[in-house]
Amino acid sequence: MAAAPAPLPETSAVHWRPRMDERRLTLYARAWTVTTLAHVVPFCVTAVVLVLIEPWLAPMSALALAQAWIIPELYANRGAKVVRPKQRQDEDAERTALGLLGDLVDHDARDLHARTGLVRERGRLGTWLVGEAGALLVRRRHVHCFCVRVDHPELPSADRISHLLLALRADEEGFATVANQAFAGARWRVRRRMPKPMRPALDSVATRPSVDFD
Amino acid sequence: MDRTGHTTLAEWEATDAASIDAAVEAFRAELDRGYFAMVSTGPGHAEQVKELPVDADTVILRLPISGG
Repeated sequence: MAAAPAPLPETSAVHWRPRMDERRLTLYARAWTVTTLAHVVPFCVTAVVLVLIEPWLAPMSALALAQAWIIPELYANRGAKVVRPKQRQDEDAERTALGLLGDLVDHDARDLHARTGLVRERGRLGTWLVGEAGALLVRRRHVHCFCVRVDHPELPSADRISHLLLALRADEEGFATVANQAFAGARWRVRRRMPKPMRPALDSVATRPSVDFD
Repeated sequence: MDRTGHTTLAEWEATDAASIDAAVEAFRAELDRGYFAMVSTGPGHAEQVKELPVDADTVILRLPISGG
């Protein structure tokens, strides 16, 4: 049997957090679903009741339905924001950093990164899409959005991804423990809020053979 | 890895004791600065090392990560 990986040293900075695992991820996903329903259902009920009481309250009913739509979208936006690209600084440094990142990943991942800015990495918990200041963990029905970064904003984008990738490869569960979970929800909801050039990265996971997560 | 993209800190040959000593010294200095040393152990896998693995092709020094 393979030995368990050494825990990521950074987990000691968040010692109060339970170590992330399959079960905990599923619980997080369910908690987010319940939270979303708790926001959506009351507004939808309100919308129906208003119209039943007085049909001329239809505009108020429409407002309630809008709230039911907007609130989950705001949460999803918060999640998708973790992978939005930052401003580039030094193009020479970017090129150098890209060379190192390219050495760490295979041809498909290099190509996907060139098109979307995200690096795809298969893990035990799901498929990761790693950006420069966050990562998406894609499971069968859910996307978990993690905010995680190297606290040196002067680093080139590709270098920041390399740091995250190496930490992820060393201890996937530790990586997910250190990262702050910004959102977990349906793929389509997160996809809508991602910048258009990045969406093919999420689609590329959807088109790969399904695995039995979530 | 640093703001220039990356910098080669040391190169060594397993048969050259002087180059290994210099590499070990550079390695320890970076660990003291807060870097973690990583070695790739196959596709999708990496391992943190606390001593310079002389037989490794490449040792990459990374900075700590944190939740944003």
